[in-house]
Amino acid sequence: MESNHSHDTASECQEVLARLYTFLDGELTETRRLKIQHHLDKCSPCLEAYEFEAELRQMVANRLRDHVPDLLRVKIAALIDVEKTSRAQSQE
Amino acid sequence: MGYLDALFSAAMRMTRNAAEAEDLVQETYLKAYRGYGSFQEGTNLKAWLYRILTNTFINAYRAKKRRPDESDLDDVEDLYLYRRLGALEAAQAGRSAEEEVLESFTDDEVKAAIESLPEQFRLAVILSDVEGFSYKEIAEIMDVPIGTVMSRLHRGRKALQKALFEFGAERGLVAGRSGK
Repeated sequence: MESNHSHDTASECQEVLARLYTFLDGELTETRRLKIQHHLDKCSPCLEAYEFEAELRQMVANRLRDHVPDLLRVKIAALIDVEKTSRAQSQE
Repeated sequence: MGYLDALFSAAMRMTRNAAEAEDLVQETYLKAYRGYGSFQEGTNLKAWLYRILTNTFINAYRAKKRRPDESDLDDVEDLYLYRRLGALEAAQAGRSAEEEVLESFTDDEVKAAIESLPEQFRLAVILSDVEGFSYKEIAEIMDVPIGTVMSRLHRGRKALQKALFEFGAERGLVAGRSGK
């Protein structure tokens, strides 16, 4: 029965890896989410893949942060002030 | 003026040009201010702002450029980067080589990698993986069905991994390690 068992595990791993992104996205149904969570708790190769994908995503998000130039911030605030003023005047 | 840095970052990735990104963000905020009456309280303000940003970009900036061809994207296997780095690690019997590699990517490399994706894929990946929007929110922002969002995310992420791997290979990450 050993071969049968490892076959089950292999197809379960395949299923988990195929749904890994959807799992990370938090977009699975509760039943499927729990099933994958349960598998990750006992399967270290899949857990490793999951952790890598999670870290990769975090790394990408961290590297893509730009700060808006101060001048643009000031300019937008000023343009909105102008809009406010002209709106207030047209309502008088 | 909430979300200004986040919107500017997204605008930078969309336009790939600082001057255009500034114009795009400015236009987005003015439109949002003028259209605030049409924003429904209780709905998601951030998603609403991104929708304006995306529409403005598509209407004003994309028109100038060649229509992006979705078939530009090669088919890439799942978990591309992980499998490549895993093979590397096995070859050198090192520990947590993957983490080291991830940390070694610079801002410029990651920006260049995401900017190399065709626009529809790039947008989907930014909205999901950087901004954390749900499939449903992305579908509303990009005005496409949820299935399209999922397929763009799936292909876009794999292409991003391939681009990152190629940047890594270019600076000797792969050769340097496997040479040991």
